[in-house]
Amino acid sequence: MSAWLEMEVRKRLGSFELELNLELPRVNVVALFGPSGAGKSSLINFLAGLLRPDRGRIVVQGRVLFDSREGIDLPPHRRRVGYVFQDARLLPHLTVVGNLNYGRRWGGSGRGALDLDEVVELLDLGHLRKRYPANLSGGEKQRVAIGRALLCDPQLLLMDEPLASLDRARKEELLPFIARLSRVCSIPIVYVSHSWEEIARLADTVVVMEEGRVVAVEETDKAAALVAGVGWSSLGQG
Amino acid sequence: MSCWFALSPLEREALELSFRVSAWAVLGSLPVGVATAWLLSRVRFPGKTLLDGVVHLPLVLPPVVTGYLLLLLLGSRGPLGAWLQRVLGIELAFNWKGAAVAAGVMSFPLLVRSVRLSLEEVDRRLEEAASTLGASPVVVFFTVTLPLCLPGILAGMVLAFARCLGEFGATITFVSNIPGQTRTLPLALYSLVQTPGGEERAWRLCLIAVVLSLAALMLSGLLSRLLARWMRG
Repeated sequence: MSAWLEMEVRKRLGSFELELNLELPRVNVVALFGPSGAGKSSLINFLAGLLRPDRGRIVVQGRVLFDSREGIDLPPHRRRVGYVFQDARLLPHLTVVGNLNYGRRWGGSGRGALDLDEVVELLDLGHLRKRYPANLSGGEKQRVAIGRALLCDPQLLLMDEPLASLDRARKEELLPFIARLSRVCSIPIVYVSHSWEEIARLADTVVVMEEGRVVAVEETDKAAALVAGVGWSSLGQG
Repeated sequence: MSCWFALSPLEREALELSFRVSAWAVLGSLPVGVATAWLLSRVRFPGKTLLDGVVHLPLVLPPVVTGYLLLLLLGSRGPLGAWLQRVLGIELAFNWKGAAVAAGVMSFPLLVRSVRLSLEEVDRRLEEAASTLGASPVVVFFTVTLPLCLPGILAGMVLAFARCLGEFGATITFVSNIPGQTRTLPLALYSLVQTPGGEERAWRLCLIAVVLSLAALMLSGLLSRLLARWMRG
């Protein structure tokens, strides 16, 4: 009962059956690792409320986000779960500052641990404030997306392969920001990736997934051995 | 002889009336049009095909039929018309407000089509992103969906406005051809054509109509280009 995150959900997607059982203590960064189609994105979409389980229960820090038996299903805007998408999804009609302030202005999120200036400084966005998303590089967009999620004062931050669409140089540019984030903000991060290299640099705990199941939950060092044993590290090259 | 370019009182009256009728028609039908477009593009409900058909009816029906139906429904003895007059004190028969209603109904399909197309082009994933930032569905609609549809909405408004300026059949059937009340530009032109010796004045009205329509088309092109540039940043 004292787990920070409890999840026990089922969902049928066509012929694919997701059955996710997970209990996690509070950590800085937990990585979801596994091949494509393992159910990583589904898992965080369950957490965000963008995908609805057929049945089950999701509790984060004592808050019930979903419980099919009790008929509880908080809509995404009331979950206080930040989400950084692979493709950033900045609002194209707003400037960088407009995007950063969106949650505070329209989402009714309270003042969090961070204010705008701190986030701008943390993510080095000062010179981009007045630009529109169309004029940002991929890495800059992702930084804005991260800042925007942070400023909503989330209980939990989800990152779905935030580096996957970036080239090597941009990845190197962004990794330190994310690493710093987990230390500075004290918001737990669930980080989805199929790159072992990123996970080794960021995560404390690894959730290994395969074919819609959670296969193992290990500390990163131990998971490395496990992953090497199964021969998945080759996936990490991507 | 006065300057050829100066508008005669008849022309000014018809022009002013046309603009007033068209502006009220477009502004009045805009909220309903956006709501209808949203229903048709986003919501599944029984009878959707029927609603789609009814919305498009004015586009394919003979305008005289539409005008006659409006007369039956909204005329002072019509069920809705009598109610409007009794409860709200609004009279539509044979005045410019009725002309605005006729124009609004006739241009409605064009407005809805344009808004609906742009609604369907809005990236739903951006709306999802906004919801994870804490925005409720209503807020998402007004801060994400609507701004992203703006080009389509404006294009639809210009198109509908131009259609209203040209509205003839439903108007003359519903509210007749009364100078200063319902005699808009096309109706004034029609009257002149019927009048012996009205050729020169008819020509001038023709010319005004051509200039207006061309201006509307160019304005809508300019607007969409400007908006596209703004969207790209």
